Parts: sequence; structure tokens; C-alpha cells
Amino acid sequence: MDIFLQNLANGLSLGSLYALIAIGYTMVYGILRLINFAHGEIFMLGAYFLYYGVLIFNLPWWLSFIVAVILTAIAGMLTERFAYRPLRKAPRISILISAIGVSFFLQNAGIVVFSGVPKSFHRPAIFDHMFIFGNIRISSITFASIVISLIFLMGLLFIVYRTKTGLAMRAISTDIETARLMAVNVDQTISITFAIGSALAAVGGILWALKYPQIFPLMGMIPGLKAFIAAVLGGIGNIFGAMIGGFILGMAEILLVGFMPQLSGYRDAFAFLILIIILLFKPDGLMGKNVQEKV
Amino acid sequence: MLEVKNLHVHYGGIHALKGINFSVPEKKIITLIGANGAGKSTTLRTICGLVDKSDGKIFYKDKDISDFETRERTLDGLVMVPEGRRIFPNLSVYENLQLGAFKRNNQKEIKSDLNWVYELFPRLKERLTQKAGTLSGGEQQMLAVGRALMSRPELLLMDEPSLGLAPLLVKEIFEIIEEINEQGTTILLIEQNAYAALNIADYAYVMETGMISLEGEGKELLKKDEVIKAYLGA
Repeated sequence: MDIFLQNLANGLSLGSLYALIAIGYTMVYGILRLINFAHGEIFMLGAYFLYYGVLIFNLPWWLSFIVAVILTAIAGMLTERFAYRPLRKAPRISILISAIGVSFFLQNAGIVVFSGVPKSFHRPAIFDHMFIFGNIRISSITFASIVISLIFLMGLLFIVYRTKTGLAMRAISTDIETARLMAVNVDQTISITFAIGSALAAVGGILWALKYPQIFPLMGMIPGLKAFIAAVLGGIGNIFGAMIGGFILGMAEILLVGFMPQLSGYRDAFAFLILIIILLFKPDGLMGKNVQEKV
Repeated sequence: MLEVKNLHVHYGGIHALKGINFSVPEKKIITLIGANGAGKSTTLRTICGLVDKSDGKIFYKDKDISDFETRERTLDGLVMVPEGRRIFPNLSVYENLQLGAFKRNNQKEIKSDLNWVYELFPRLKERLTQKAGTLSGGEQQMLAVGRALMSRPELLLMDEPSLGLAPLLVKEIFEIIEEINEQGTTILLIEQNAYAALNIADYAYVMETGMISLEGEGKELLKKDEVIKAYLGA
């Protein structure tokens, strides 16, 4: 039982990070029917912005966190503005290729600007604390990542379901042409969608770097792909699906490693196996088409 | 209120509108009738800016709006009820109505317009929290009209509002169109149900293969042999 609870905590923690990143994929897909392959790189930028904020500009952690999230949101809006918006009327494959291009560009720009040498991410002492409940040990970063993720996910749900902007997003994702007839500002709403998705990816990237304290320009690839798997698993285009998919994937990975340690080298392969199975048997994802509430 | 001058539209190699001219005077009901593929919907969609024209001009309130974006046209009171209703099926009835009022901020006015819409369509009020996709076809059409009214249209473009409705509902929808018109909204109506449309129209244009072949007052056209043969099936 203890082992199970221990794994549960670890799984929730990893899953919450996947959930944060998966939201960005699913929101952008919901609105533009685009898999934003550059999303993993946005995640990477979040971690680097925090790193430089603390190390070079000597900002306090909390301020650096806020600045990094804002800068990453702006980076996301800029990719949309310059790499995707000009292709809005082009065939869908063009914009997909553009996304792959942005991904490569950001990775390599990262290598040039930040250098390819991994940097160690000094986490504040508060995140090294261990909570001990009997035989279960939960580090404060595990705990913090769950709590912080949940706060941001609630904030997201509030925006999407309780604000006018959220209503515009949901309208655009169902029928962009009719949304235009309602005088919805489509470009602006898409921009905001990218900003929100990127901000959540930045939160994910920062928590990731606090958890695995080493950052490098290609760090977004694997978490990005896994969050994409989480989004597909939950039903791409569906926000709740992305959250649930993230938690399931995180949990599955941790349980695999926890109960079959000899297979732990295959944890990435395992995630892709899940993707293949989902695509074969339930390509609409768990929260399938019928409860579709896409953003 | 609306002046369409020498409007041409091409879809790829297809010449869908071949230089049409017509005008919609303020406070009137004008109708475009014609068979499938005559170019009626294309005309409306071009007026809203959803389709690009290849030549010609569109004047609305004496302004050349030919190059305006759809959103700017809607903001200025040019509102369309699109063909096939196009309600947002996964949003609630209330959210659909809110979207109609999306461009507006005066909560008090929005509220009083909502009450007007509930008066016109009592059934919508009973179903506010229901997803719009679960409504019947007639209710969806009412929602589409109600949603358009929530944007305070000055010129309301309606694309086949009677399509797929039972005869009783068709009658109801046309009565409501007349009522909206009496409240001061100018209406440009597209219909295949030529009889009903000509009956309420002040003036009508008949379209055939991208051109206007005939025009006249609604009730006059009802008596014309060509119209009777082609559209009224006598």
C-alpha cells in the first residue's frame, strides 16, 4: 500500500506537468486544427527564461517566475503571428510544416544563444524539503508541482468557461466562419489562445526544471512529445481530455517504473506504445467526439 | 441602405455571380428568389465578406464596404442568419445568444434584447441551459434568428430561414420576419419558398445562373407567368 501511495504521488506530480503542456497542444488544435510541434520548445524557453532571470538579472524567484511565464506567453504569440498567421488560408499541411520548422529553429537558436551545454538549475532550498508520512516520502517539489498545476488548470477552466474570451475560443473552435459573423475578433482570440497555452507550458517547463534540475536546448522534445501523446490520449481538442490524458500518462509511466524497474529504460517507448494503441483502437481519445467541447 | 453594383464572384474557374445589381432600401423587406445554384447564397456571403468578390462594389449606409472584413461589417449592423442555421451545437442556448451580443457591452440593453427574443421565441427561454445541438430543427432556426437579433441588426440578411421546417413552422418564421421588420430592421431574404417570400416582400429579385432575370414588387411577381411556372409550380 505504501509503495502504491508513493507511486501515486509521483505519478500525479509527473502527470500534472504533462497535463500543463498537453493543454497547449489541445487548445491550438481545437482552434486551428494544427499540431503545434514547436510547443516543446516553448516549454524549454520557459525554463531558460527563469534560469536567466534568477542567475543574470538576480531577480527573486517569484518575480522571475512571473517574468518567465509572461515572456514565454509572448514568445508563443510571436510564433503564431509570424509562422502561422500568414498561412491561415494555406492548405493545412503548410502550417504543420511551418510548425516543425519553428521547432527546429528554436532548438538550434537555443543551442546558439544558450549554448548546447546543459546548465544546472539551482532550485531554492524550499523545494528540497522532504515531507515524510510513515514510509512515504514526498519532496516539496513533487507536492508543489501538483498544487501549482492544479491552480493554473483551474484558472484555465475559469477563463475558458466563464469569460467572454473563453466563449469566443469555444465558438471559434466549433465554427470559425460563424464566429466571424458574430463579430468575434478571430485573430486576437487565436493570439490569446497561444499566449495561454504557452504560459501553461512555461509553468510546466519551470516545474520540470525544478524537478529534474538540468536544462538544455533540446529538453523540450521528449516532454513535448509525451504531452502530445497525453493530448491524443484524452481526445485532442478537448481540454478536460488533455488534463486527464496527462495524469493517466504520468501515472502509467511511474507505475511501470515502480513495479517493473527492469523495464524502466523503456519508459519513453511505453508512452509511444500507448499512443499506438490509442490510435488503433480509439483514435478519438478517451473523451471521444460525443462530449466534444473543444478549445 | 444597401447597394450592390455590378458584383462578380468567381470560385476558381466558375463564374458564380455575373455582374448583379440590386438595392435594399431602408425598413423594407427585399427578397432574392431563385433555384439551387443561382447564386443567392453567394450573393449574401459576399455582402457579409465571407466570400471575396472579383469585381464590383457594395455600398452599405452610403459607404463602400467592399474591402471591409466580416467583423467590421457586423459591428456596423450588417448581420447574417447563415444558411443551415449554423448555431454552435456544443454551446448552450444561452451562450449562443450571448455570442450574438458579443460585440456589445451595455448589459442593460443586452438584457432587454434578450427579453425581446424570449418573447418572440418562448421555447428558447425554456431551453436556455440545454446544448443547442439538442434542439429540434425548428428551435435551432429560432435560435439562429434570436442570436442574430442579439447583435442589434440594422440590415438583417437571412439565408433560407424556412429550409427543412414543417409548414406550420415556416408560417411562424415568416410572421416573425415581418414582426422584426416592423420593429425597424431592414431585411434581405433569400428563399426557395418563393410563395411565402414574395408574399411578405416589398420588392423582389429573381436570380438565374448568377444573374438577375426579373424584378418587381413581391405581389406583382406572384402573378407573373414566368415566376409561377418556374417557382410556384402551377
